[in-house]
Amino acid sequence: MSLKHDIEFTLNGVKRRVAVDVTMNTLAMLRDVIGLTGTKYGCGEGECGACTIQVDGSSLNSCLMFAVDCDGRNVITIEGLANDSKADALRDAFVEHGAVQCGFCTPGMIMQADHLLHKHPHPDEACVKRGIEGNLCRCTGYKKIVDAIVAVDRA
Amino acid sequence: MNVAEKKARIIEPETLIGKRIQKMDAPEKASGKTRYIHDINLSGQLYGKILRSGRIHALIKSIDTSAARALPGVHVVITAADIPDQRPIGVAKDHFPLKVGRVRSQRDEIAAVAAESEEIAEAALKLIKVEYEDLPVISNPEDAIKPGAALIHPEPHGADGTHLHLKQGMSIAHKGKPDNIAMRFDYVHGDVIQGEAESDVVIEDTFKLHYVTHCCMGVSGMIAEFDASGNLLMYSNTQVPFLHKREFAEYLNMDPARIRIIQPPIGGGFGSKLDIYPFEVICLYLARAAKRPVKMLFTREEEFLASPTRQPVLLTLRSGCKKDGTLTFRQVHTLHDNGAYTSWGATTPFVMMQTFSSLYRVPHCDYHTAAVYTNNPYAGSFRGYGNLQATFAIEQHMDMLAEKIGMDPLEFRLKNAQDAGETTGQGMSFKSCGFKDCLNTAAQRSDYSRKVKENTANRSKPGNIKRGIGMASMLHVGGGAKIYPSDGCGTILKLDDFANVTLITGASEIGQGSETVLSQLVCEELGLPISAITVVNNDTAITPWDVGVHASRTTFIAGNSAIGAAKKAKTKILAVAAKKYEAAESDLDLRGGFVIKAASGEVVVELSKLLRNLHFQDKAELVMTTFYYEPPSVHQDKGFKGDVSAAYAWGTQVVEVEVDTDTGQVRMTRVTGAHDVGRVLNRLGIEGQIEGGVIMGQGYALTEDLMIENGVMKNPNFRDYKLVTAPEIPEMDISFIESMDGEGPQGAKGVGEAPSICIAAATANAIANATGVRMFELPFTPEKVYRALHGQTPKLYWKPWRAE
Repeated sequence: MSLKHDIEFTLNGVKRRVAVDVTMNTLAMLRDVIGLTGTKYGCGEGECGACTIQVDGSSLNSCLMFAVDCDGRNVITIEGLANDSKADALRDAFVEHGAVQCGFCTPGMIMQADHLLHKHPHPDEACVKRGIEGNLCRCTGYKKIVDAIVAVDRA
Repeated sequence: MNVAEKKARIIEPETLIGKRIQKMDAPEKASGKTRYIHDINLSGQLYGKILRSGRIHALIKSIDTSAARALPGVHVVITAADIPDQRPIGVAKDHFPLKVGRVRSQRDEIAAVAAESEEIAEAALKLIKVEYEDLPVISNPEDAIKPGAALIHPEPHGADGTHLHLKQGMSIAHKGKPDNIAMRFDYVHGDVIQGEAESDVVIEDTFKLHYVTHCCMGVSGMIAEFDASGNLLMYSNTQVPFLHKREFAEYLNMDPARIRIIQPPIGGGFGSKLDIYPFEVICLYLARAAKRPVKMLFTREEEFLASPTRQPVLLTLRSGCKKDGTLTFRQVHTLHDNGAYTSWGATTPFVMMQTFSSLYRVPHCDYHTAAVYTNNPYAGSFRGYGNLQATFAIEQHMDMLAEKIGMDPLEFRLKNAQDAGETTGQGMSFKSCGFKDCLNTAAQRSDYSRKVKENTANRSKPGNIKRGIGMASMLHVGGGAKIYPSDGCGTILKLDDFANVTLITGASEIGQGSETVLSQLVCEELGLPISAITVVNNDTAITPWDVGVHASRTTFIAGNSAIGAAKKAKTKILAVAAKKYEAAESDLDLRGGFVIKAASGEVVVELSKLLRNLHFQDKAELVMTTFYYEPPSVHQDKGFKGDVSAAYAWGTQVVEVEVDTDTGQVRMTRVTGAHDVGRVLNRLGIEGQIEGGVIMGQGYALTEDLMIENGVMKNPNFRDYKLVTAPEIPEMDISFIESMDGEGPQGAKGVGEAPSICIAAATANAIANATGVRMFELPFTPEKVYRALHGQTPKLYWKPWRAE
């Protein structure tokens, strides 16, 4: 059932070596093998964005990426971002603007927002809405999330 | 610091009420550190999985689990045969967690496995062989009540011993149903025949409300563990921990005192966790049999298949009014598709009839419902609880009646709107009522009356984009709802020797922000900053009793309870301070962490110092109080009459749309809402509730549609079940009407459900305003709108089921 494969990659700034099943996705590796549970399972098929992570500077759904494909890559999860002082302003904006309710979509939303802000340091409302369109939220109606991201000043 | 402050330090008054207070759990959640049920793992834990029917309606002829049991890593395999003491669950106690003899819907639970890993559990499910004999499927509720229709619950199933696998003499049994009617509701006030005779205009239409589901971002789950002494620990998503504890105990034939329920943070509730579902009881059976902790999580597909839905309704409304705009009567017949089993969805008439009888003054009202069994998914409770469906019908009729008599739709509503001080035909008594303020505010801020006329005039002009504006209003319980004999909540409050307060509340935080708002109320009472509080909740072994999260009740009920405990603490503190500093209690107050002189704000003593001294004096004491709040509401009588809530919430929402007549696409451009919330407590929190509710309403109106064909769910995934995404949200303008309810905590009323209620109704009115075409069936997808614009929608017809 399980064919293991050794991979080596950088996770939140630290080199990691893990043995993973070839059929395993990155979300399962992060949560079940490595034990970082900040990245969430929402649908398992790339529709909800709750499992968004950053790989080599791109944001993607970790449920759609094979774990073995992390080999040699630079992976950042919400735990990495939470320990990065450069991302404090984004997290604080989510808190201050009331962008968090049940909070389940929040890690993925913040990973996507951080990626968006790298590409567009001063996004307008329309750009933010477009940028987070792949991240579903059932509680907030998105408005406060958009407000929070627009308010972050990435000079 | 104390030395320097000898020269009379003054503390200025400050309030926390109405401020934008950050949600206390937000930093953890925004850092990915919050541990949801999915993130909790116990050592020795097994993984549970359920085999579901896949057949829609069939007899179970045989189940062979031998290969599954033989698979390495499998600890336990159970079917109904292994649980001879199963008891029926749900609101009407009409189904077993593991199905006995017959499956009645696609999601039905046949067998369950606990294994070393999810993969092994899934592999084991595939090895279970089940033989079925198919039965006729009823997927249309109208077919369910036709003479000779196949029966969904024909035979007694339960304790009579007629069924294999069930022990003789079980105390609870479901007797079966001679027809497919699960529940009936009949409500009357006045005399609709007289009302119709007095009418100048009478209209009748049939409305069809569809299936939608909660789509909580976090899927359902549970972890169960029995300790060596037989005590049960559950990590559960339930919104009703205390009542469910007792029920779980019954299902396990154990002492409820030995069950502890911990509710970890959940990824959304919205009413979905209000009933006990088969997976929860099955997880308990697995843990009991395995003698190991068992964790069970749904996949997203399973979440769609096996979660409750909003109640689908076929509704015929007959309404009348006089030429002067006075409403005369309403007659309502509804057919509820109950699905295969009965959950809270069947009881939504409790709320629906309130809207028909009491949103506007209506002297004569008749309301009849039959909830009927089909082989479809079963409906549960969902934010708004029937009110979206009722409001969809009633508010379209308000526009249509106004048009018939040539009256401005706002004026027509204002003429019939309730006022404070009125008691309705259903016995609801409105102590505070900001309804007319809601109507006027929403209308003014949206420029409603001007736009209605302008859009009507623009219909015939060229161009494929037509603008429309529509209005709808709502009435909902805002002071709890006395569904059970009690609607209360308990609080334990203690202050430590650093003047930090610990609030132990029966209320459940489910993301709605109850921790934060309760903290505000306590700190306001005790004159403490919000940073001086710790909230303990969501654990039945620690927290005092509460009825659960439903009916928009938490801020109101738990809030009053928290205030009650804080007031007692304050009284005690001031009595101690008065004695020690030789002042009258009434001359002292608490502010900014100090005992002060009430008149001047002058500091008497630092609160922490006073509390520490209290511990070290001769008769040492603590400041620790308890309070139980029971609202002054009553249980409805047999005719569904009575003042069921301690306060009522009101709201008006105006929706603006652009309809593309070439494609049928409806774009929601702006929502103007005015809500009577009693008083704003946490502005940040209440805005979030309203905005989220509005967008949930937008999904109900425009995009969400759980498609069921012959009992089969066609779109159990986010690809084909379309939630609203960020680029689609309208501009939102929300106003709060502060009617300062006398019973509410600091004047506040409940608001959790209110914002989702009006949107679909207002959207229907907006589309009619834009195009002149009325639509009676949700959701307003491009296809449906396009067909309606081209006269291709057959008029809905249904021969209403009549009460005997």
